[in-house]
Amino acid sequence: MRRSHVSRLVLPLLGVALVLLAWTALSQTVAPDLPSPAKTWTESRRYVLEPFFKDGEMNQGMGRLAFYSLVRVSKGYLLALLIGTPIGFMLGLSRPFYQAFDPIIQVLRPISPLAWLPLGLVIFRQSEPAAVFTIALCAMWPTVINTAVGVRSISQDYLNVGRVLKLSRVKMLTKIIIPASLPYVFTGYRLSLGLAWLVIVASEMLTGTPGVGGFLWQEYNSLVYSHIILSVITIGAIGFLLDRLMGLLEARLKAA
Amino acid sequence: MPYLDVRAVEKSFVTPRGVSRVLGGASLTLDEGEFVAIVGYSGSGKTTLISLIAGLLAPDAGEIVLAGVPVTAPGPERGVVFQQYSLLPWLSARDNVALAVDAVDGARPAQERRRRTDDFLALVGLTAAADKRPRELSGGMRQRVAVARGLAMRPKVLLMDEPFSALDALTRASLQDQLLRIWGERRSTVVLVTNDVDEAILLADRIYPMTPGPGAVLGPAIEVGLPRPRQRRHMSLAPAYQKVRQEIVEFLRGCRRGVA
Repeated sequence: MRRSHVSRLVLPLLGVALVLLAWTALSQTVAPDLPSPAKTWTESRRYVLEPFFKDGEMNQGMGRLAFYSLVRVSKGYLLALLIGTPIGFMLGLSRPFYQAFDPIIQVLRPISPLAWLPLGLVIFRQSEPAAVFTIALCAMWPTVINTAVGVRSISQDYLNVGRVLKLSRVKMLTKIIIPASLPYVFTGYRLSLGLAWLVIVASEMLTGTPGVGGFLWQEYNSLVYSHIILSVITIGAIGFLLDRLMGLLEARLKAA
Repeated sequence: MPYLDVRAVEKSFVTPRGVSRVLGGASLTLDEGEFVAIVGYSGSGKTTLISLIAGLLAPDAGEIVLAGVPVTAPGPERGVVFQQYSLLPWLSARDNVALAVDAVDGARPAQERRRRTDDFLALVGLTAAADKRPRELSGGMRQRVAVARGLAMRPKVLLMDEPFSALDALTRASLQDQLLRIWGERRSTVVLVTNDVDEAILLADRIYPMTPGPGAVLGPAIEVGLPRPRQRRHMSLAPAYQKVRQEIVEFLRGCRRGVA
């Protein structure tokens, strides 16, 4: 008991220490341009300790930049759910729909955000909607596919109950199909959120919009390498928090 | 003309290993208010027969007629109590029953439907557990919800597919007694499928033994002829009980020998 307690606290800290050590070693030897952990902290301090300062369009505290990115991701993510969920249900419910659209989906799914973004710029001619479009298009697929799988794996027993009761199409959907596939749908939502956050950097980098990803790219161009690391760590931490949040929601949903 | 008439139904399934002929012309008849049991070994095709009567499957040959109307699709007038209960886990016991009440009596005022739902829950003794989800209930309680839901469909014939087979012996006995009591009060028309000979004799007016598959058929009906109301503890001593039991067991054994 005590032992596991110690290892749960000590081992992760040991892991962090080892990574910092390797990072320092790397910056001292093969990569002299890479700022050491200490230098990164000194140069990034203000961005972390005063997260909401604003000196200019791209020179803002991490809290502000993260907020911009989160708002952008939320828009793209909500759009992904709004489009992806009905498509997923259609794929799962209708065999002709599945046969018509599954091949297209399989082709669209592996396309990288870097490929979608220029197309978004062509369509919308503005960076903000193009970024949202890219996030939605990349993040939507896990929702589409998990929903379709969830609908198709509903136990025949439940469907038979609906058939014996001669439930209307609407009741069949609201009383049986949607609640039965909800756990799968939610797993899709969780994976989609992870992807949406993954895409934010690429879309902000290419469009130069203010946010963590935009900041990262700008600081690379201004040769402030420590801020790249700051951005990377921020992105990772927020992604981790988002995933945990969805995990909690999912657990609550399953307990309900 | 019988109330429920199952005429020489056949059913085969296509499997990766070829065509499997499950039913090879099974026939049975049932009068209104009668309780009939079908007894056979596991895997002989009892569930397939129930699914055909329910309309969940269509027969390859033969015909099923209920109250003069051919069966072509599922419907609440042939209420089913499924083997695996098939309660919807996201609904409370009450809502599971209410789903059936609403489907059958949707035109009635909400207050009346609610009362009807509660009546069915009371009938199976689950008033106290009405707001619990299926997974908070014991196996026996779940099956009682399933029975309440089946009755709530107000079926012309209630189809029960090995309803008690997943329960322990004590719970099974208590549920059999409850079913006996409910049937005594309501005189529903029931087809019960079971692999338990004693259960069939306790509950049914007539028993059809089913030959082991493939190509299962039903043997000639055996009249139980024990007086009602029946009491479990007196019954097994009655000579009539022993005679019926003997007949069924011999029929089933004979079939098995013929196959093996």
